[in-house]
Amino acid sequence: MSCKSCDCNQPAQPERRSFLGGSVSIIASMTILPGLVLHEVKAKPDDQRISNKNRWGILIDTRKCTTECDACVTACHKKHGIETHGRPDKDPQWIRKLKVEDPLTRKTSSFPIMCQHCEHPPCADVCPTGASFRREDGIVLVDRHLCIGCRYCMMACPYKARSFVHEETENPLPHTPRGKGTVEACNMCVYTVDKGGIPACVEACKLEGHQAMIFGDLNDPESEISQALLREGGQQIREDLGLNTGVRYQGIN
Amino acid sequence: MKNPVEYLEIELNKSVLTFLGIVAAVLGAGLLSALYMEHEGHWVTGMSNQIVWGLPHVFAVFLIVAASGALNIASIGTVFDKYQYKPLGRLSAWIAMALLVGGLMILVLDLGRPDRLIVAATKYNFKSIFAWNMILYNGFLFFTGVYLWFMMDYKMYKHYPKAGFAAFVWRLILTTGTGSIFGFIVARTAYASALLAPMFIIMSFSYGLAFKMVMLKLACRFDGRELGEKILFRLKNLLGTFVGAVLLMTIIHHLTNLYWAKAHDYEIWILTSGGIYTAMFWIGQMGIGTLLPLAIFYHPTLGKNRNMILLGALLVILGGLAQMYVTIIAGQAYPMPLFADKIVSSSFFDGVVAEYHPSLPEFLLGLGGFAVTILATFVGMRVLRLLPSSLSDQVVDPAHSKD
Repeated sequence: MSCKSCDCNQPAQPERRSFLGGSVSIIASMTILPGLVLHEVKAKPDDQRISNKNRWGILIDTRKCTTECDACVTACHKKHGIETHGRPDKDPQWIRKLKVEDPLTRKTSSFPIMCQHCEHPPCADVCPTGASFRREDGIVLVDRHLCIGCRYCMMACPYKARSFVHEETENPLPHTPRGKGTVEACNMCVYTVDKGGIPACVEACKLEGHQAMIFGDLNDPESEISQALLREGGQQIREDLGLNTGVRYQGIN
Repeated sequence: MKNPVEYLEIELNKSVLTFLGIVAAVLGAGLLSALYMEHEGHWVTGMSNQIVWGLPHVFAVFLIVAASGALNIASIGTVFDKYQYKPLGRLSAWIAMALLVGGLMILVLDLGRPDRLIVAATKYNFKSIFAWNMILYNGFLFFTGVYLWFMMDYKMYKHYPKAGFAAFVWRLILTTGTGSIFGFIVARTAYASALLAPMFIIMSFSYGLAFKMVMLKLACRFDGRELGEKILFRLKNLLGTFVGAVLLMTIIHHLTNLYWAKAHDYEIWILTSGGIYTAMFWIGQMGIGTLLPLAIFYHPTLGKNRNMILLGALLVILGGLAQMYVTIIAGQAYPMPLFADKIVSSSFFDGVVAEYHPSLPEFLLGLGGFAVTILATFVGMRVLRLLPSSLSDQVVDPAHSKD
């Protein structure tokens, strides 16, 4: 069949096919390439079950973390709508900067500490209703609908990583359910991770140029986090408890 | 020889009504406090993200531990066949249930979401000792209720030893479970010890008996019933033995900690430099709750004075509350060790002893638990035949009443 609009006797279909094919390729490249090149984490389709093929973790190089920077804390609390009421002992803290000093050498280090996303989380073990649980991919969460606010998980957590919501939450964000009378903690930005993104703290650390935090799949030997652990190893806080944490540290003096 | 024990309901005389009126007012204040805390949120309490269990838990755990101990008097009569204790079996079983209900009321009303009790009742994580405890609490009410029924129903009376044995075994498991709530907390230096389970059992003997003695003394005084020296001195000697046993367990617990290098700092802190907690331990737990009652009970003249025996039992209760305060609050206040031999600090109070200033609503809620228990005890004695019309030496020990 020839082209009817211009009498050029050229077949119309191949040209259209070529145009459509090219467009699709460009769009596909624009869509997929950033995912392949810029992020090592692939988005999980919504209808796909969480599996233990992944074990999400964070590696924190304390040598790159500076004392004065708290970008990770600010980013986390902004992202999850964690407000302060001027009551430091009662206000929730999903992540905090810890200063550690060796009394012998006087050497200090400063680094963030949050839920360590243990393989054997004591919080989930003690939770009477199962509100605290560990996903197959290693992320430890609190189901706010099942939490009765007994705070036994807070008693059991060796990292003081959990907070009790002592008062009404103001303007909770749709992606972070919160509520007075329940317990909450770092959720490793689970909804972002499920969409192929990285946690807010890790992103903020990168934006600050410190590159002290790496997020990735501990089960993937080729991932950046696994490679970094392979090169220099990683330390668990309270390793003696045998919890096999998903958050690891390097360079704690 | 079989005891011709007659059980009668107590009279609602002016003394009883006045006393119960005061107790009901305390309960009202406790319930209003709970409503206030639930409405405002826990920020109005002294509890925080560092001290997550506060004064309500001190009262609640005391009452729950005492519950299983109060049953002991019934068990001694039934399981160990000590006939002198049999007249007190019914009241012991009832007080045991009342104590548990009082403790559970506090626990439930102190939840962040007490409205979700149905979730706690329907969703169980069977790895959680807390979930197991919920089953144990319900089981305790069931077994003790059946035990009481069999003791009171002449048709079922022949089966009551079996029911008593079942309740006895269940109460041992229950207190083991309560102790394990703390014993299973591996992260905190003050806990994480298998010793806590047997320690809670022996503590329950002491607290439960002391509370039972106070209730018995009050009921007999209000209703003009005779409380003979035989049973009173017997109970006093038993309480003295239990207080001594708790002292022994406390010493073993601290010596064990002193032996472990990892617990040295905690032990030095709690025994010498822990401020209010050190004072609570030495003055409250050891002085008021242990040494003073022992001195009273085993003193040649004070130990035979009825009012002093009542005072001794009250001191054991106060000391028990102090012991719970030290166990629950001090155990949380002491900083968790994130790194061995390193100094840590943060905006979240890492590395420092957490502060706790109990608020009035918390205190009133705790007292409300006691009030529920006392009200339930007296209502029970009013509507059921729980208390013998007399506990004279002749009734308690007819074979040796002339001794």
